[in-house]
Amino acid sequence: MFKRIIALICVFLLALAVFSGCDNAKNSDLKVGFVYIGAIGDGGYTYAHNQGRLALEKELGVQTMYVENVSEDLATCKDAIVGLIDQGCTIIYVNSFGHGDAAFECAAEYPDVYFGHATGYLLADNFSNYMGRVYEPRYLSGIAAGLNTVSGKIGYVAAMPIAEVVRGINAFTLGVRSVNPDATVEVIWTNTWYDTTLEKSAAQELINKGCDVIAQHCDSTAPQIAAEEAGVKSIGYNASMLDAAPKAYLTAPLFHWGTFYIDDVKSIIDGKYQSRAYWEGLKSGMVSLDTLSANNVDGTAEKVEEAKKQIEDGSLYIFTGPLKDNAGSEKVAAGVAMTDAELQAFDWFVEGVIGTVPTGN
Amino acid sequence: MEMLNTIGLFLQSTVQMGTILLFATLGGILCERVGHLNLGIEGMMLMGAVIGFYTGYHTGNGWVAFAAAAVAGGFGALIYAVITVTFLGNQTVTGLVLSIFGTGFSSFVGLPLSTVTMPQSAMAPFRAFKVPLLSKIPVLGPAIFEQSVYVHIGLILAIVMYVYLNKTRFGLNLRAIGENPASADASGINITLYKYIHIIIGGMLCGLGGAYLTLVYVPLWQDGITSGMGWIAVTLIIFSTWNPLKAIISAYLFGALRSIGFKLQNIQIPKIGGGTFILNSQLLNMLPYIMTIVVLVIIALRKKREEQPPGWLSLPYYREDR
Repeated sequence: MFKRIIALICVFLLALAVFSGCDNAKNSDLKVGFVYIGAIGDGGYTYAHNQGRLALEKELGVQTMYVENVSEDLATCKDAIVGLIDQGCTIIYVNSFGHGDAAFECAAEYPDVYFGHATGYLLADNFSNYMGRVYEPRYLSGIAAGLNTVSGKIGYVAAMPIAEVVRGINAFTLGVRSVNPDATVEVIWTNTWYDTTLEKSAAQELINKGCDVIAQHCDSTAPQIAAEEAGVKSIGYNASMLDAAPKAYLTAPLFHWGTFYIDDVKSIIDGKYQSRAYWEGLKSGMVSLDTLSANNVDGTAEKVEEAKKQIEDGSLYIFTGPLKDNAGSEKVAAGVAMTDAELQAFDWFVEGVIGTVPTGN
Repeated sequence: MEMLNTIGLFLQSTVQMGTILLFATLGGILCERVGHLNLGIEGMMLMGAVIGFYTGYHTGNGWVAFAAAAVAGGFGALIYAVITVTFLGNQTVTGLVLSIFGTGFSSFVGLPLSTVTMPQSAMAPFRAFKVPLLSKIPVLGPAIFEQSVYVHIGLILAIVMYVYLNKTRFGLNLRAIGENPASADASGINITLYKYIHIIIGGMLCGLGGAYLTLVYVPLWQDGITSGMGWIAVTLIIFSTWNPLKAIISAYLFGALRSIGFKLQNIQIPKIGGGTFILNSQLLNMLPYIMTIVVLVIIALRKKREEQPPGWLSLPYYREDR
């Protein structure tokens, strides 16, 4: 009898172990595939996504795989996605705007696979899009720039003239002018996301014009190095660039893509998945401002912290009228808040920006 | 004075950008003069760039990194030389493959390097310095005499190569091989040796061009850091009509064209009949390539003998076919 009870307990424990093991096994069986526009070694955009992937692996114990340097043409991108699905991935994330159409077609062909598209706008039952409200930390970085400039001239190396970049420049400028009302932000377009030499050359040009803080919305750290060499200050992007420019670097708006990846995959594991347009800001942890470096003037931290609190508690929405464009005409009336749709179609610069948004005319 | 200062600063950044192209163009010229079309410049540049950075990062010595970059570029060229000289492989395809190989090789080696920075000691030998007195010359001073020693090495190499090609027996022999290897062979020149040596030295120069980026211009490694400049160098070889001295001018000119767009972007240009307009930045970015097409057409039309490509360029030489 005694032996039987022992045996029974053993069996029970074993079964329990199997079941509890099952729970973990379920997670580690789950394969998540990532399609990257760049290389994980780019030190910028794709690097940040890859950090998100690693965070996801660590947090949820799922398997992940990725494909690098996937260009945006339909055939190549579909090949990459189908390849990942063939290898057992049931969740696919694509990290470039131009991957959207291919992923969307695949979503229709593979209804059992979940898709996520960074920086996109498309939606389907198994297809979400996700992005960070990086303009919020950009506004904060503008405050830092506005407090640190002496000449009142700030330079901004910008990649492509699309709404996201324009929105970032505007948020940055509003931040600058919230603490330094006469300062200007001069923009140079490189018309490429990633070209180290061009980005450095553009930053040099801005410095030659008298700018003493250089900000950037492009993927390499070259503008930081130009600032370091010239002895001016700089604002980075995507990842901390303190190592690249120890004397110039002030701070940088950062992405934490892992926040979304973990949230999304968790909802799939828990069976609570709902496709959505995920566009979250400082409060969610999706974006943040990097720690202010010791290169900042005294008082920067207080001002930044104050604005950060206001944004997080909702008392400050930076795109609230009155807003004028940089030709002087009023675009948003006093007290009116711009809608998300308007933010996604930004094609004009706010007052204080020197430069134009190319329109093709 | 203010104006001169602005021009000086502009030329300074122009020369820096041109130096990358100058090394690569010189390497390409040497290779093509010996009759071999090497489209692998981009690949050899990337190999030099990543190995230069890797060595500089680990040894903390700039000159060791410099040498390592040259060896890496030379190694890429050696692969090319074995395939095209010894095995008479198709030069176009081999060159393209070398470019693809070099890109992959650099991504692989560079993967752990993308988040590190170069130690100061490795950058120290290449810091820009002012040549006494000469740097005071307006415009030319900041453009040439307030630069890294790397820039000066490029200039000196171009002059040395010009003298070598045109004033020495070795240069004559090598040009003869490029024009007609059969005749050169008949006159007792060791064709295979010449080809190997000059293709490899050409590759070393390309490697140094890439390393200028990672050791001097932006001392860091990022994937695909040359962003297609190796391909511009391929056109610059034609642009400079296989002449090392003209390579200086054309490389700097392209350096200027690549950055002049930024200069003009926010300038209001008066319109005829009142008002102003701003030049479209995408249009400005097309300038270097439009220039290339124009020059290609001009060269084709002028038909000057000394401006034509080497006669045997890209053709394999079968010794037994004589």
